[in-house]
Parts: sequence; structure tokens; C-alpha cells
Amino acid sequence: MATVTYDKATRIYPGQDAPAVDNLDLTVEDGEFLVLVGPSGCGKSTSLRMLAGLEEVDTGAIRIGDRDVTHIPPKDRDIAMVFQNYALYPHMTVAANMGFALKIAGTPKAEIQRRVMEAAKLLDLVEYLDRKPKALSGGQRQRVAMGRAIVREPQVFLMDEPLSNLDAKLRVSTRTQIASLQRRLGITTVYVTHDQIEAMTMGDRVCVLKDGVLQQVNTPLALYDKPANVFVAGFIGSPAMNIATFDIVDGKAQLGEASVPVPTSVLSAVSAEDSSTLTIGFRPESLVPASSDNGGGGIPVTVDLVEELGADAYVYGHPTGPAAAEQVERMRSEAVIARVEPRMAPNKGDKVVFAVREGESHFFSAKTGERIEP
Amino acid sequence: MELRILATPLEQQELLDLPWDMPLEEWPEWYLVALPRGISRHVVRFTRLGQQIYALKEVVQSFADREYRLLRDLERLDVPAVQAVGVVSGREAPGGEPLDAILVTRHLQFSLPYRALFARMMRRDTVERLIDALVVLVARLHLLGFYWGDCSLSNTLFRRDAGAFAAYLVDAETGELHDRLSDGQRAHDLEIARVNIAGEMMDLAASGHLDDTVDPIAIGDHVVERYEALWAELTEWESFDVNERWRIARRVERLNELGFDVAELDIVTDIGGRTVRVQPKVVDPGHHSRRLLRLTGIDAQENQARRLLNDLDAYAAETDQQGEDEAIVANAWVLDCFEPVIRGVPRELRGKLEAPEIYHEVLEHRWYLSEEAGHDVGIMEATRDYVNSVLRHKPDELAVLGGTSADPEDTQPLGIPWNDLR
Repeated sequence: MATVTYDKATRIYPGQDAPAVDNLDLTVEDGEFLVLVGPSGCGKSTSLRMLAGLEEVDTGAIRIGDRDVTHIPPKDRDIAMVFQNYALYPHMTVAANMGFALKIAGTPKAEIQRRVMEAAKLLDLVEYLDRKPKALSGGQRQRVAMGRAIVREPQVFLMDEPLSNLDAKLRVSTRTQIASLQRRLGITTVYVTHDQIEAMTMGDRVCVLKDGVLQQVNTPLALYDKPANVFVAGFIGSPAMNIATFDIVDGKAQLGEASVPVPTSVLSAVSAEDSSTLTIGFRPESLVPASSDNGGGGIPVTVDLVEELGADAYVYGHPTGPAAAEQVERMRSEAVIARVEPRMAPNKGDKVVFAVREGESHFFSAKTGERIEP
Repeated sequence: MELRILATPLEQQELLDLPWDMPLEEWPEWYLVALPRGISRHVVRFTRLGQQIYALKEVVQSFADREYRLLRDLERLDVPAVQAVGVVSGREAPGGEPLDAILVTRHLQFSLPYRALFARMMRRDTVERLIDALVVLVARLHLLGFYWGDCSLSNTLFRRDAGAFAAYLVDAETGELHDRLSDGQRAHDLEIARVNIAGEMMDLAASGHLDDTVDPIAIGDHVVERYEALWAELTEWESFDVNERWRIARRVERLNELGFDVAELDIVTDIGGRTVRVQPKVVDPGHHSRRLLRLTGIDAQENQARRLLNDLDAYAAETDQQGEDEAIVANAWVLDCFEPVIRGVPRELRGKLEAPEIYHEVLEHRWYLSEEAGHDVGIMEATRDYVNSVLRHKPDELAVLGGTSADPEDTQPLGIPWNDLR
């Protein structure tokens, strides 16, 4: 068991100017499940492959525990790439299927037996050890494949989009299985996905990357509650956060007909950076229908679509008013999205004025995109 | 969602008639051809449309699209690989449940999955020839910057090649095409191959299809050793004294022997002018097969081509045409030797082996007959004898039919069948 440290690790592909991974500083704690997430091209897979030894590290270093592995061949790093090879051998028993890689590695027989038995207990496969894979159900076969990785008892598990070839239903159940198994095993795991829901549901901590640069690394809840910048704010959460750039007029944030109150501390931060605009984000659940006597504040929206999910309903709308076109221009998302009480949902075409719940607005510098803490 | 068939127009027409609204596992037998299958993560089936056999693989759409594009890229790069025909997506069962996409590839004629070669018992030299073919394929792929990610005997098809084999990539699902591979990528790819191949050998041993003298783990290690030797020959710097310049020519000859052409060679002399260093820069596989194709129009594997070219040389000597223009002699050899032999094979037996392989076997046969008779037996006499005493008794390999085992489950993919979920 071990920590994993990226120490200012950089990878620049030959012929490219911009680094694929830029000065990555990141420590994965012993036994932690860390998820690397971001849009395609963000450097998440490259980061994982640098750790695996598949990509060269141009500058900086990578350590597993105290050992510098930057220039060590993949097979000597004591890591396991999980789910790369999933096929099971039909004529070999479940035990043989789980243990054959150890046999190839020259592990003594008694040790192989011990590890296979231990993995089988973890995976509820003990009674099937002498059977052939053909006699197993689909889910059991999957567990045998997992067993193949577990018996190696590596210091670190690496998983690169392991669920992407499964259909949606199986993906959700396997997701849960992997996460709970990892917790029982306590083996440090680095997991790559493009899917932020997968990231949020599986990771102890989630590391968000964009253009090769680490944006923020924290627990799923902390990323959700306090996104460090506009990118993380827009990337984490489903449906996505509403984000737009507002003008500061008379101590309030104004965009066309929409108006949002801004704390004075934020106002002074804006003027300190010599700006008159401010980027504001609010999650769909932070919007509430405004009472009619709110003095003309709030965000007027025309409803385009109502998504009824039973326990929740989501309103998808667009800004209304004479300046609607300008407002749309300055929005980061395509629609204004609000969660509403399902039994009180408005109808398509209705005009609704929303207000942001107090203290639930997220403020970001319009210049740098960085979070401004009120 | 609407059914979408991305394929060439001709094949699109034929593909239309298949029951795309059924999970591939449930397709009725009359649509299918019983070809032996390797071990696969996915459901794979074969179907015949017109004269051609197709392989169908059920997989999520993004994977199908990706593999389709990769196989197309490999085809453009002239890599021995199966040809992708298309992707069928937007499939729905009659009840409206969505079904995974299907990647369609053309079945490679005269190709053999390794399990078919192990139908009886696999001897050690056969195993080694398979490994040699696979190593050449992996080195070719690595030279092009292709990382396989799941190299195994199951993911390879083999064609006979003058007593040896030529390997074709079948499954590119985990593949990645880079500008250049890092040492780590090559090492990891090879480690996967080593473990996979040793595992496949253990599986064969478990089913009693492997000769006792073959050690599965040693075979896996052998893959790595052979690859490293070949890779060094293909890419490494070699330095020697300036007086040993003949070693440059030796390097090129050795590469030719291995079946590679050297298109560019980097030669550096140190400042004192005492040491010369050389490194092949651009090497192209298929040295002999390209030469044979250029001279005769015959498309053959590398070893077959070497064999046929040797016969062409012998023909030039026998007919006293050694000084003649090579292309003219080659044309005469095709008319006097190659074509008569192939025409001498009855039409119904031509599906047994590919033409260049038949020619190679006739040459072998002629050698034995001549030795027995104590004098040279003519090529046509050898052909007649070969057809009746050898070829007629061989299995048809145009498209290997019938499983390799009494139990079809043995070569079934171990995916997740629907009835397991009940």
C-alpha cells in the first residue's frame, strides 16, 4: 500500500507546443480512491499513463510511496491496470483463471493459493473456485476478472474508463461494486473517467483537469459547494449550474431584466480588480420562484420545457424581456435551469420570475474566472 | 432511434436483410456460419452474404465507431488486419429497448484462428511458428506507432505462409494509434501479450490440446525475447570500425532476410573518422512479397514470396535466362510454371489452400518425389501426384467451417448472456 505523488509532472507530446499535462502537483493518499475527471483532451488519461509508465515524463517526477518511478518500466512499478483484459479461459477453473498471472510471475504455489482464496472470499466466489467460467453467471464472471487484478496485490490500482464498454444498467451496478470493493481492499486507486456523475459517486476525492492543468482537487461535496473557478462550477453537477456574466450597477448584479444581490465584500473584490462585471453561478436547486413583491429583482424566465422526474421537476427556460438576446449571449449554458416542486411546476410558455436563495450564489472574477469568496 | 448502417453501398444492400432488431446471441442459426471463434469479451457471430463471410461483433456504439475508424486507419497503413466493413447502430428490439451497435468486418479468407490449428495436438514447432508470426506483426504495428493493448493469439488470425504463418490483427478494440510509441508503451504491450499468450497456452494444456513438451510460461517469455531481438535489429544503432564498412551491407541483408526493406539508413562517422554508426530509419515490411508482386502480379505472404522467387531464380538458371531482364523472365516463369500448376488443381479443390501456398507445397512435394525417384520429377507430374495424394485429403481452409471441439461452448465468447440475468 502506498501514496502516489505527482511532483510538478509535465508531459509535452512531440510536435506540440502546449503540454498535455502541465506541472501536475497531486498527492493521492494511501488507500484513497482518487478520480481524475475532465472533458476529452484535459490530460486525465495522460496523467494516468504517466503513472503507469506508458507516457514519458518530460519534467518533474512521479513517486509511488517513497520510490521515484519516473524512469522505471511499467512492469516494475507494482501497479495493476484493471479491466484491460477481460477474457476468461474456458478450460481453466475459476481458481486457475484468477491465479495464472501469478504463476507466470513465478509466485510460489502456496502463496498463489492463499491469495486466490483471499480474493475469492472478498468476491463471494469461494464455492465456485473449482468450476469452469462457463458455469458462472455474467456478474460472477466479472468478479473473476476483478479477482485476476486483486490477487496481484499491487500497491496501486489504475483504471482508465473501465466501464465505458458496458451498457448503462450494468455500468451503474458495476460502479457500485468497484467502489465498495476498493473500500474493502483499501488499495490506493486512481480512476479516470469523463463522466462527472461517475466521478462524484465513486471518488473519495475528485481531481478536475482542463487543458492539462489541475483545476481543483477535493471531496465531491466540496467541489459541488465551493467550486474554485468557473470551469469547475460548470463541469460538476447535473443538471449544470446556471452561469452568466452580470454588470455591476448600483451595488447589484444586473443583466437585462435580471437582477441579483451581491454582498459588499464581493463588490469590493470586483472594484479592486478594476472591473465592472462579475460572473455569477447558481445551481438549479438554488432558484426559487420569487414573490411578486420583491421590488422588481429576480430573474424573469419563459419556460421552454418542464422535466418531471417524480420527486423533482426541472424547468428549462430562457431569459425574457427586451434585453433577452444580450442575456443569452452572456450565459454559459444554453438554458436557465431551475428545480421546482413537481406538483407546482409551471407550464410551457409560462413566465416565471426566479430569485436565488440567499447565500447560494457563487461569485467568480469575470477577468480570471477564480472564485470570489463573500 | 433509427437504424443506421455505415458501410460501402454494395455491402449496405446485403446487410439490410439481417435481423438487426434481435440481440446477436439470439439470431437464428440459418443466418449464421459456424466458424471457430477465439475467446472474446463480446458476442461474436459469423454470417454469409453472397460469396463473402462477415464477422459481427456486438459492442457499445462508441467502441464500435472507434474500432471501425482504427481498422480503417490500419488498412490505409497497409497493416495485415481484418477489414472493417461498417457499423450498424441505432438498433432496437421490437419492444423498443435499445440494442448495442454491431461492428461488421470481412472474414479473412484462408485465415485460421489458433484454436483451429490446435484441433488435434499442437506441437512445439507449430507453436513457435505462430509466435514468430505474431512477433513480426507486433513489431510492424509498433514501428507504425500502434499500441495494441490486448495482443493475444485470440485476437490474431493466421494464414499459412510456405510452412510458416503470417499473422493478422483481428481485434483493435483496445488499440491506439500514436505518432510514436514510448518504450513504456511497447514494454506494456508486450507484457500484456506475454501474459495473454501464456494464459492461452495454459488453457490449451487444460483442455489436453498441448504437447507435454511445451511449457506455457516459456512460450510467453519466448514472445518477449523474439520481439526484443527483432526490434533491436530493426531500430538499434550499430557501430564498428571504419574498415568494417561491409557491415552496413550485412545489416541491410539481415533485415531483408527478416522480410523488411530498408528505405532509409542513417550513417554517422565520428570526427576522427574511425568509427561508423548506422541505424535503420525507415523500414518497410514485405520485402519479398513486394518484389514478387511487382514482378509477377502474384499476391503472396512473405515466406511464400521468398519461396516463389527462389523458384523463379532456379527457372532463370535452368532455362539459361540469367542475363535477361528480370521482368521478362518473371513473365515467362508465370506462364511456364506458376499458372500450369494452379490450373492443374481441379476447381473443387482450390478452396483448400491459397494458390501461392499450393505452389509452395507442390515444390516441396516435387523435392520428395525426386529424391525417391532418384531423378528430377517434372513440375506437372509433381502437381498431379500432389493433388491426388495430398491436397485432396486436406481440410477446406477458404473459410474454416465447423468448430474445433465437440462442445461449441468451448469457443463461445464468455460475455454476459441475457439468460444469466434472470
